[in-house]
Parts: sequence; C-alpha cells; structure tokens
Amino acid sequence: MSAVGLQMMCVAGLLGLAVLAIVLSRSKISTAVIYSATMVVSAIALIGSIRWLVGDTANATDLTLPIGLPWLGAHFRLDTLASFFLVVVNLGGASASLYGLGCGHHDPAPHRVLPFFPAFLAGMNLVVLADDAFSYLLCWEFMSLVSWALVMAHHREAGNARAGFVYLVMASFGTLALLLAFGLLAGPAGDYGFAAIRAAQHTPYVATLVLILMLLGAGSKAGLVPLHVWLPLAHPAAPSHVSALMSGVMTKVAIYGFIRVVFDLLGQPTWPASVVVLFLGGITAVTGILYAMMEKDLKRLLAYSTIENIGVIFVSLGLALGFQANGLKLAAALAFTAALFHVLNHSFFKSLLFFGAGAVLMSTGQRDMDKLGGLIHRMPFTSFVFLVGCVAISALPPFNGFVSEWLIFQAVLQSPELPQWALKIMVPAVGAMLALAAALAAACFVKAFGVTFLGRPRSPAAETAKEVDRYSLSAMFILAALCLLAGILPGLVIDALTPITIEILGGSMPIQADEPWLSIVPIAESRSSYNGLLVMVFITISASLAVFFIHRFASHALRRGPAWGCGFSDPTPLAQYSGGSFAQPIRRVFGTLVFHARDHVDMPAPGDIRPARLRIELHDLIWERMYAPIAGAVSFSSEWLNRLQFLTIRQYLSLVFGTLVTLLLVLAIWS
Amino acid sequence: MVVISDILVQGVQMLLVLLLAPLLTGFVRKMKARLVRRKGASVFQPYRDLLRLLRKEVVLADNASWLFRVTPYVTFAAIWVAAALVPTFATGLLFNWTADLIAIVALLGSARFFLALAGMDVGTSFGGIGSSREVMIAALAEPAMLLFVFCMALVAGSTQLSTVADFMGSSAVGLRVSLGMAMIALIMVALAENARIPVDNPATHLELTMVHEAMVLEYSGRHLAMIEFGAFLKLLLYISLIACVFLPWKIALFGTGPLSYAIGAGAYVVKLAVAGFFLALFETATAKMRVFRVPQFLGAALMLGLLGTLLLFVSRSF
Repeated sequence: MSAVGLQMMCVAGLLGLAVLAIVLSRSKISTAVIYSATMVVSAIALIGSIRWLVGDTANATDLTLPIGLPWLGAHFRLDTLASFFLVVVNLGGASASLYGLGCGHHDPAPHRVLPFFPAFLAGMNLVVLADDAFSYLLCWEFMSLVSWALVMAHHREAGNARAGFVYLVMASFGTLALLLAFGLLAGPAGDYGFAAIRAAQHTPYVATLVLILMLLGAGSKAGLVPLHVWLPLAHPAAPSHVSALMSGVMTKVAIYGFIRVVFDLLGQPTWPASVVVLFLGGITAVTGILYAMMEKDLKRLLAYSTIENIGVIFVSLGLALGFQANGLKLAAALAFTAALFHVLNHSFFKSLLFFGAGAVLMSTGQRDMDKLGGLIHRMPFTSFVFLVGCVAISALPPFNGFVSEWLIFQAVLQSPELPQWALKIMVPAVGAMLALAAALAAACFVKAFGVTFLGRPRSPAAETAKEVDRYSLSAMFILAALCLLAGILPGLVIDALTPITIEILGGSMPIQADEPWLSIVPIAESRSSYNGLLVMVFITISASLAVFFIHRFASHALRRGPAWGCGFSDPTPLAQYSGGSFAQPIRRVFGTLVFHARDHVDMPAPGDIRPARLRIELHDLIWERMYAPIAGAVSFSSEWLNRLQFLTIRQYLSLVFGTLVTLLLVLAIWS
Repeated sequence: MVVISDILVQGVQMLLVLLLAPLLTGFVRKMKARLVRRKGASVFQPYRDLLRLLRKEVVLADNASWLFRVTPYVTFAAIWVAAALVPTFATGLLFNWTADLIAIVALLGSARFFLALAGMDVGTSFGGIGSSREVMIAALAEPAMLLFVFCMALVAGSTQLSTVADFMGSSAVGLRVSLGMAMIALIMVALAENARIPVDNPATHLELTMVHEAMVLEYSGRHLAMIEFGAFLKLLLYISLIACVFLPWKIALFGTGPLSYAIGAGAYVVKLAVAGFFLALFETATAKMRVFRVPQFLGAALMLGLLGTLLLFVSRSF
C-alpha cells in the first residue's frame, strides 16, 4: 500500500470511530474503547509518517478519490511538508487520546466529546493531505466545525456559548478569506489542483492579494494579532485534551496552510511580503505574551501563550521569505528549519502544559490561579512535568524550546546579508522583540507555575487535591521526555527536516549528523554552535559535584520552622503574592501603553475599619477599538433593517417600485 | 594525549573561575569600604562567609518543597557552566563551542528562572516581591543583551565568544563608535543582571528596597552558600565577558603552551582587579534608583545597542 493510502486508511478509521462513538454513545465502555482505538490509529499514522519522512522521501505519492466535484475528484498527496505536519498532528492525537483515557472518565457528558474527537483528528489529517483547493477548503471547514462542536461540549458553563459564537464567526471569516485566496490562485481557468496552481505563473498583484488573504485566513485560525480574539475564548472552553489539540496542533495546521500556499504554491516570494509577515509576527509575539502575563485563568494563560508562539513562528517564516526572496538559500533554510522546529516543539510543550492544566482542573475543579497554590506537595508528578513544560516553553537550555529560539536568533543574525534597507533595520528590531517575548514568556511561566503549584493553598479545593490517574500522567511524561530529547539531540530533528527545506526552498542547512559530539552548527563552527547534550551533561556533572562536596563536607543539620514574616506572619494564604500581584511590575512597565492599565487604590481614612481595596483596570484595546465597533455597527444596522419587517403594504409596494426604477436606471446608464 | 591536556586546561579554567569568584567580590567590597574611608573586611572574607554558611544548619520553612531544596544546586551548576564557557585566560578551549553567547545568556536565564520559582515557593510576600521584580528586570535586560550580541555579531561575524575575542584582539578592528555604545549597553545590562547599584543594592537588608536579596530571603545554611557562590560567579562571568570582548589583551590563543597561559592568567587577574575597582568606584558614586526607574535605565541600554547596530550598517554601506 502506498504511504498516502496508509494515511487515508487511518483517516477512514478515525471517521469510523466517530460513527462508532455515536452508536455507543450512552454505553459505559465507550470512553475506553474510543480513546484507545483513536490512540492506536493515530500511532499507526504517526509511525507511517515518520518512516516516510526519514526514509523514502524521493517521490511524493498521491491518490485521487472519485468524490467531491465531478470534474475534479478529490486529490490527496503526501509530500515531505505534509508528512512533517502529519507527524505533529498524529503525535498530538495519540498523546491526547492517551490522556483522554484517564481524564475522559471525569467528563460529565462524554457523548458530547467522543464522536467529535476522532473526527477532529481526521479533519486535521485531511487538511494536511489535501492536494486540491476544493478538498482543502472542505476539510478545513470540516475541521473548524468539528472543533466548534468540541468547544461547545460543555455549553452550559458560563461564557462557553459566547466563545463558540465568536469562534464560529471568526472561522467563517477565515474560510471566506481562504476561499477568495484559492479563487485567485486558480485564476480564470479554474484548475483547482495544487499541481496546476504550482505550475501557473502568478502576477505580483495576485501574489500580494493571496498573501494578504492567507494572512487573514490562516492567520485567523493560527491566532495572529489582531485576529486572535476567538482563540483565548475557545481553546480553554473545550475539554483539556481537546484544548491541547486545538492549541498545540490545530494552529499548526493553519501554519501548514500558510506555508503550503505562500512558500509552495505562490512560487518565488518578493521581499515586501516578508516585511508584512515579520511585522505581524513580532507584534503577535509580544502582545500575546503580555496578555498571557495579565491572565489569571490558567488555561487562558496557555491560550495566550500559544498566540506568542505563533508570532515566533511567523517571524521565522517572515525571515525565510526575506532570505528566499533575495536568493540566500542557506539563511532561508535556516529560518525555515527554525520555524518548523518551533512548530514541533510548541506542539510538544503546549500539549503537555494543557494536559497539566487539565490535571489541575480535574483534581481541584479550578482554573483560576488565584484559588490554587501549593499543589507541588499534593500533585508531585503533575507538578514535575508541568515544570518541565514551563522550562521548555520559556526557551531555557537544555530543553527544546531554546534550540528553536536559538536557531531563529541565528537566522536573525544573518540579516546583514540582506540588500534591502527596510529589512536590514527591521530584522534587528524584530529580534529584540523576540528577545523581549522570550524573557516575558519566562516571567509568565514563573507566574503560572509559581502561583499554581508553589506557595500555600489559597482554597480548600487546592488543599485537598489528589494526584491524577496513570494514563494522564503517562501522556504528560512522554511529552516531557520528548521535550528533553528534542532539546539535547536537536541535530536529529534538523536532519529530518532537511528534505522539506530542499523541496520547498531548494536549499538546506548543513547535515548535522556529520558534526562531532552531536552539536548543531547552522552555518559554520567559527560562527556559532550549540550542543544541548554537552550543556545537559555539564550541568549534571557540576550539580552532582556541588551536591557531593556539600554532602561530604558541609553540615547536614536541617530544621523546619515557620517562614520569616518580619515579625508579622501573613494571617491568611490570600495575603500571598497572587497572579495579579506578580504581574504588577510588568503591568506598570508595559500595561499603561498596551492595556491602558490603571490601579485604583481605595484607602480608608485612619480610624475607619473598612478594608482597603485595590482595583485594577485593564482594557483589551484590540477588542474595544476593533471588534466592538464592528459588532456595534452590525447590531445597529440590523436593528435599523429590522424596521423593514413592519411596513404597511403601501410602503412595501413603493419600496419595490423604487428598487425597480433604480435598477433600470443603473442598467440604462451602464449600457 | 592532546585531548587529555585539552580537558585539563578546560578543568583549570573551571577551577580558576570557582576560586577567583569570591575573591573578586571580596575585592570589590574592600574597595568600596576604602573609598568611603572605612577599613573594610579582608578581601578573603567571602571565603570565610561561605565556609561559615556551610557549617551552619539549614532552617527550612514548614511548607518548602523539593524545588526549594534543589534550586541552589541547579542555579549554581548553571552559572558555573556558563562561567566556564566564557574565555578567561585563553580562547578556543575544548568546550568553548558548546554554547555561544546567546546560549550562555540563556543558561543564566535558567538559573534565574529557578531562583524566581524558589522565591515563590514558601508563599511569603518577600519572595513574591523579589521574584516579580527580578523577572521584570530580566525582561527588560534581555532585549538589550540581544542587541549587544547583534552588534558584536555584525563586527566579528560570530556569536562564538572565542572567535569574537580573537577578532577583537586582532588589528582588523579599529576604533568604532558602535563598539563604545555596545560596551556601555553591556555594562548597563551587567549591572542590572548582577543586582548592583543603581538597579539593586547588594548590601541592603531592608526588605522593601531589595530585589535579589528579597527573593532568596528564606534561604539559609548550605543552600544560601550555594546561592551566594552563584552570585559571585555571575559577577565574575560578566566581568570576564566584558574583558574578553572589549579588552582581549594578552589573552592566550589555544594551544600556545603553559607560558602564554600563565601570562594570560596574570593579565586576567589584572583585568578583574581593574574592573572590580571601577565597579566599586561607580557604586560609591551613585545611588540606587527607584525600581520603576529601571525600565528607563535598561531602555537606554536597548537604545544604545540599537543605535550601535544602525551605525554599523551605515558605516558599512559607505
């Protein structure tokens, strides 16, 4: 069986499971059956795509099914780019299913999740495999709708209905943009196959329009600022393992769409395109992480941090566009590899973190960080893997997040080679924005971990939390191990990505397997190199040395006592530093500009015994300045048009007459 | 044989930074005391402090977790590795290519990440205030640091410190305005990262004015010794960094034999002393600024880095 055939069989299997889930809907075994079967199918698809990516990538394989438009059929094709994204999708799918085996039993309404879960995975697989515009859009829409159903799984909870509504509106808008983009690409001849689009020559005018439409369409799905508004509402609303899939995987499918069209189908890019992408990416990274910093809901914090990572990936793609437009193949391959590496890394640690947040939600029923705390004592394993995820996402060595950030910085440092002044000046500035975003991400995850897992419990729920089940834990441990492995053996990943850069850009990074000591060298050793494995080994050796000497020569005495409270210990755990107070310095520095933040202090007069209060005023300016006016205008005009429903017959008749006259006049003037 | 001697030289460097770090801090303290006409403690006092802390018992807060107990070792190890990767007396040591400047900065970031978490662990307000301010300062310092790296990479064509040091030592580099700007930016970042005046005061023990010290307030005994040692190492690291990039005078090339290594080591000690003296002088001459003035201070460093980069572009195009 051809490789694409295997993938399509897996997709068929997933769709079959969706049907089976409906059949079994009320049965007790349904959760175990569906999740374990989904896990097996995803694992098969995963192994198939990895084997194809690292093995025989010489020929893309394709398959045409006699469904869809009668004169077109449905084309599916497996090439290197698609197989990489299949790895991301199915790895996420398999781990989410494993997690679902554990957490699914806590779901109050499993029949609202089970049928849609495998269907969602099938949809994402199909988008990546699609090889003509029609099936692409159809699968894209299927993926959006199924994920909408998953967002609405717990529709009675406050806010979820609104989240679903906003998501639906934004998804429709995105699909509309994609529809127009593919319409432009197909041109008047109307051949919707990707092969034909790739072969055709596109005028600069069309290419620019397609780029903008793709930024709107794929960007709104991925969460580019300012099209991100649905994401922090919808991702946390879904059950946690679905949130992990939406944040860790579905945003990547959107990025796949962007890469497929802009890098593959459009042909040679022009440099102004990269300016737009770089600018949007930089803004997205910084804005996303600032929003995350202000957030106190753990899952929403993670969703905002997804926006940041999407920004990082877009910056990297923008760099690749800029280098490619100027024919700097090596630098373009470096930036592109960095983008793909970050796609993979983000799918690892974001899934891991959402699983961790789900575990906290499962055992405490709380997503509000200011009602948690001290969980490291009661959930030791969850807190350990969550810590790994936090370190990885904060781009700290020796974990994987650092490697991809490092590669992006190396690509940024290549910018002096660019001939255009706009890019020359812009790239260092965007690099500084990336550094800012990385440092803020570290701050944000110190806050997420510190407030949730450290300190003293802030609520009875946090005080009585229990460790979660083994399935959930094993899913998290596997992802944590992958975070470490990709961090210390990055050369393997980079080499596996080489066929993609050769196919898409026509250039590649040096083969990393040839480097001694498993280090990675993007350009040349004298320029820059990094060895995650040795860093890890060195840290381990020096930490062990320190521990050895301390335990050999220093005092072993240890006494437990109350914490130092300066003579006045905090009377209640609520007096601890909370998420809001931790974010205060950064709110003071950036918040006045980005959020119009204000602190209102209500201090009672001396002798007055009412409590002092601090109120923080934050504005979501993007929503207030951009979306609220649009929503207001729509609401106003629909109110106004609504009057047309209550006219008298005379008024209707005159309206019809008026319309007729106007149309005839227009016709008369036109011709 | 060659590999063994290479490893030996690298080991010597690791030991050297470890041995010199407390001395440097002691020297700075001595200089500060002399500058205000106090006698001051001996330059060897930090060693005695460390030994005394090692002999003391640890008082651990009731609800301190394993993270709190692991953090001192993790931060110490991360800073030590980072310090061992910066060229001190010789460039091109065996493991110098393990991590470039960006990775060294990120290693320090790892240390800070864990320290900030440990500050949150016990659940007192002092830890929280220290952690939250520390991460704010880090968030502002990191972009400025990256622009410095960018500036250096433009001049030397590398982010590998050995290559940069070799290049800066060669005659190919002239006197450039950009380099001066980059140096000032780096010094400002180094002051902030090491919790020195004017950003933070290493000597204060008034909880509300301190940042770094508030974060580690709960530590005692051997744990505190490791954290203090880490702080000494970090100061040494930044001074080595400034010295090897902007003052690669007499720094030995790799494989030039023991004699030039010894000269390099001697020159390194002299550089440390000079830098320590200027640090003491600067700290005596300025006052600590309010914590919300720090953004302006580090913003200036960022702008200097950016300006340096732009000037390099402009000067190159003509």
